[in-house]
Amino acid sequence: MKPFADLLERLLYTQGRNAKIALLADYFATRPDPERGYALAAIAGKLDFPGAKPAVLRALVATRADPELFALSYDYVGDLAEAIALIWPKAEVESPPELPSVVDQLRRTPREAIPALIATWLDASDVSTRIALIKLITGGLRVGASLRLAKLALAQRFGVEVDAIEEIWHGLLPPYPTLFDWLERRTARPDPGTTPVFRPPMLAHPIEDTDRAGLDWSAYRAEWKWDGIRVQLVATPGGKRLYSRGADDISASFPEILAAMEFNAVLDGELLVIRDGVVAPFADLQQRLNRKIVSAKARAEYPVAVRLYDMLFDGAADLRGLPFDQRRARLEAWFAATTPARMDISPQIDFETEADLAGLRASARDDGIEGLMLKAAASPYLAGRPKGYWWKWKRDPLSLDCVLMYAQRGHGRRSSFYSDYTFGVWTEEGRLVPIGKAYSGYTDAELLVLDKWIRSHTTATYGPVREVEPGIVLEIGFDAAQRSSRHKSGIALRFPRILRLRLDKPVAEADRLETATRLIGAAAV
Amino acid sequence: MPPHPETWLQPRPEGLFCLPGGFFIDATRAVDRAIITHGHADHARPGHQHVLASVETLAIMRSRMGEGRAGITQQALAIGEVLRIGDVDVSLVPAGHVLGSCQVVMEYQGSRAVVSGDYKRRADPTCAPFTPVVCDVFVTEATFGLPVFRHPDTDKEIAKLLHSMTVFPERPHLIGAYGLGKSQRVIALLRASGYDAPIYLHGALAKLCTLYGELGINLGDLRPATVADKSALRGAVVLAPPSAVADRWARRLDDPVVAVASGWMRVRQRAKASGVELPLIISDHADWDELLATVIDVQAPEIWVTHGNETALIYQLGLMGRRGRALSLIGYGDEGDDT
Ligand SMILES: [Zn+2]
Ligand SMILES: [Zn+2]
Repeated sequence: MKPFADLLERLLYTQGRNAKIALLADYFATRPDPERGYALAAIAGKLDFPGAKPAVLRALVATRADPELFALSYDYVGDLAEAIALIWPKAEVESPPELPSVVDQLRRTPREAIPALIATWLDASDVSTRIALIKLITGGLRVGASLRLAKLALAQRFGVEVDAIEEIWHGLLPPYPTLFDWLERRTARPDPGTTPVFRPPMLAHPIEDTDRAGLDWSAYRAEWKWDGIRVQLVATPGGKRLYSRGADDISASFPEILAAMEFNAVLDGELLVIRDGVVAPFADLQQRLNRKIVSAKARAEYPVAVRLYDMLFDGAADLRGLPFDQRRARLEAWFAATTPARMDISPQIDFETEADLAGLRASARDDGIEGLMLKAAASPYLAGRPKGYWWKWKRDPLSLDCVLMYAQRGHGRRSSFYSDYTFGVWTEEGRLVPIGKAYSGYTDAELLVLDKWIRSHTTATYGPVREVEPGIVLEIGFDAAQRSSRHKSGIALRFPRILRLRLDKPVAEADRLETATRLIGAAAV
Repeated sequence: MPPHPETWLQPRPEGLFCLPGGFFIDATRAVDRAIITHGHADHARPGHQHVLASVETLAIMRSRMGEGRAGITQQALAIGEVLRIGDVDVSLVPAGHVLGSCQVVMEYQGSRAVVSGDYKRRADPTCAPFTPVVCDVFVTEATFGLPVFRHPDTDKEIAKLLHSMTVFPERPHLIGAYGLGKSQRVIALLRASGYDAPIYLHGALAKLCTLYGELGINLGDLRPATVADKSALRGAVVLAPPSAVADRWARRLDDPVVAVASGWMRVRQRAKASGVELPLIISDHADWDELLATVIDVQAPEIWVTHGNETALIYQLGLMGRRGRALSLIGYGDEGDDT
C-alpha cells in the first residue's frame, strides 16, 4: 500500500501533465501484479466496497480520538480522510498492508468485521498510507482526469497506442491481468468479443484562414456543429452503453437513450436537449449531466435526444475503413430501416462555394449551433485528430469590454504570475459588478504587462486574490451569455477568454450590465 | 500563601504586563520596559525604551532594526542568571525556538510564572534546547494546537529533500523558509547530513545567516542567489523567504522544484494551495504532542494560552485536569519576517 500511497501523494503535488504521466509510468513499470492492476482499478473508480462507507470511518475514529477534538480537527482540515489519518494515533511499528491484500480482505470479510479490520490497518500505517487507505475504501480516489493519464502512461511505457487501450478498456476487469500480459508482450491483445466497448472517436481541427485558402471545397461535406456533448452509442448482443467523448460510461444519466437503443450498431452523434424539434441552450443539457439517478421530472423538463452523424459499426461490420460518403449512405439506409426513437440525423448542408458557407455561418443565430463542420468525403473514420479530414469552423465570439477587478496567481509555471482574472461591467449606479473569470487568450507579453500593473495597483488582498483599482479594460470574447442566479450580475458567460488588452480605452467607457444582459440568448455569430 | 500570578501578571493591549516588575513581555507596541523572548518580528518590536533579552536576541534585534530602534538601552541577561527587577526575580532559560530564544521565568513572593514565547521540544543544531521549569502558571503558545499537527521526524523530511535532489538532479530546489531560524536550521540540517555544496540565498536571508556565523553557528559555503548565473543554480539548493517563492524573484530559476519548510505543510490542501511541489514538514513550533508533554513537564496547574489554535488545547487541558485560560493576545502568530 505504501508505494501506491506515495504515488498518490506525489501526483497531488505535481503540476505538469507530463510529470504526472512520468510518475504513473514509473509506478506501472516497477510494481508487481496484481498490485498495479488494483491501483489502476482504484484510479478508474472500479473498486467498490459496500461495507465501508464514510459513516463507518467516522464511527471508527471515535474509538481513537476524543469526538470534540476530532470535530475541531475535521473543521480545520476540511477533508474527512485526511482528518482521520492525521488524528489517528501514531503507529508503534509501521507495517502497512499490501494493496492486493486490502482488496482481497475487504471482499471476503463480513460487513460487521470490517471496521475492526480497517482499524488494524490504520494502526500499522503512516499518515500518507492511511489517507490512501481511507480514500480507497470509501471510493474517494476517483479523479476524472487521472484515468486518462494512467492510460497514457501505460501506452507510453509499454510502447502501444493509447487508442489501442481505449478500444478494449471497457471489456476488461480488475486487476487487468490480460491487459498487462498484452502490454508486456506475453499474449495478444485481449479480444473484447461482443462487449460494448468504446472506440476512440475521430476529432476535428479548428480551421484557420490559411487552411480555408487551400481547401478544395468540392471534396468536403458540411453539417452544423451542434452545441451539445459528443456521444458514442454502442449496442451489441453483449449489451448497450452510452459513452462520452472521453470514454466515460454515461449510460445511467440517460436511461431514455439506452431504452431507445434497440439495435446492433455503433453510432457517433451529439447529445442535445430538444423540445418540439428545437435545440435548447447548453445550460439545459447541463441539468442532466453528472447525475446518477434521473428523476421523472428532470426527464420531462429536459428531454434529450441524439442527433446522429456517423456510423462505426453496422451489426458486426466495421465501417471505419470506408470513406465518409459511404458511411453516411449506410447510416441513412440503416436509420430509414430502424427508425430508432429519440434520434434523428444531422442534415447535410447544400453549398457550392466557400462564400455560401460563410454566409450561413454568419446568419445562423440559433442557441444550439456552434458553427459548421466540414468533413472530407473520402475520409475514413480515424481515431484521434488526423489533420486534413475534419474541420470545425466556429462562429466568431461575442465580445464585451470589461474592467479588470480581481487577479489571482496561476499554477505551475504561471505560479509567479497573476494570470487568472475576474472582470466586471458597470451597473446603472456606476458600480462594477463581476460577470466572469478568464485564464487564457492573452499573449506572453500581455501577461507581463498585466502582472506588473496588478502588483502596483492592488487595493486589497484576500489570501491569494488581489483586488485592483479599476484601470484596465479587457476585451472579453465568449460563445454565449446565459441567465444565472448564481452570479450577482444575473449573467454567466460561456467560454470567456481575453481577446486583447484595451490599454487605449478609459475604464468609464467599458460596457454596462444592460448591454451584457441584452446578449443573453444570442449565441456567437 | 503566595499570591496567584493572576494578581501580578496581566494581559494588556500592549502585551503581558508584570506589575511588580513594571515591564512587558514581547510588547506589541513601543513601551518603557520590555523583556523580549526572541527576535521574530511579532515578538520583538522596535521603539522600546529599555530592552532586556539574551545576548543573541539583542544582536538579532540590532541587525534587523538598526541600533537605535532596537531599544534606547539594551541589557543582556545570561542564561540562568537571576536579576531582580522591582520586586520580581527574573531569569531566562532556553526555549529551543530559534537562536537566542528564551522563556521568561518570574518569581514574586514565592509564586512562579513562566512565559514560553514560541518554543519547540525537538533537537535543533542552531539553538539551545528547551528547558522545562516547574511553575504555578505556564504561559504557552498554541500555533499548532490541534491534534492533527504531529510533526514527523525532521531527519525524514531532510531525507525527502535529498531524495528529490537525486530524482531531479538538474532542477534547482527552491526552499521557502523564514529568514530567522528556519532558514539557518534547514541549512544546518543539510550540512549535518553531509551536504557540503554551496547553498544560494535570497538577499533577505544573507544578513541573518552571517550573524548566525558570527554567533558561532557555522553554516558552510553560502552565496547570493541574486548574482549567481542560471547555470550555477542548476541542481543547487536555493533558500528564499516563503513569500518570494511564488514571486517574481523566483523567475530567475529554471524550472525549480518548489519546497516550503513549515509545520503548516502537514495539511495537504494547505500545502497544495501554496503551490508547493515538495512540502517539508519542518517546524520551529511545538506540535500537539510537544505541547501536551510540556504541560506535564512544567507541572503547572494552570496554563495560559497567548495565541494560536487555543480552543482545542484548552479543551484538552480540561481533560488533563488543568485550568486553561485563553489570553487571546493580538499581534502574535505571523512570524512577520517574510512580508
Ligand atoms: Zn517565533
Ligand atoms: Zn510567534
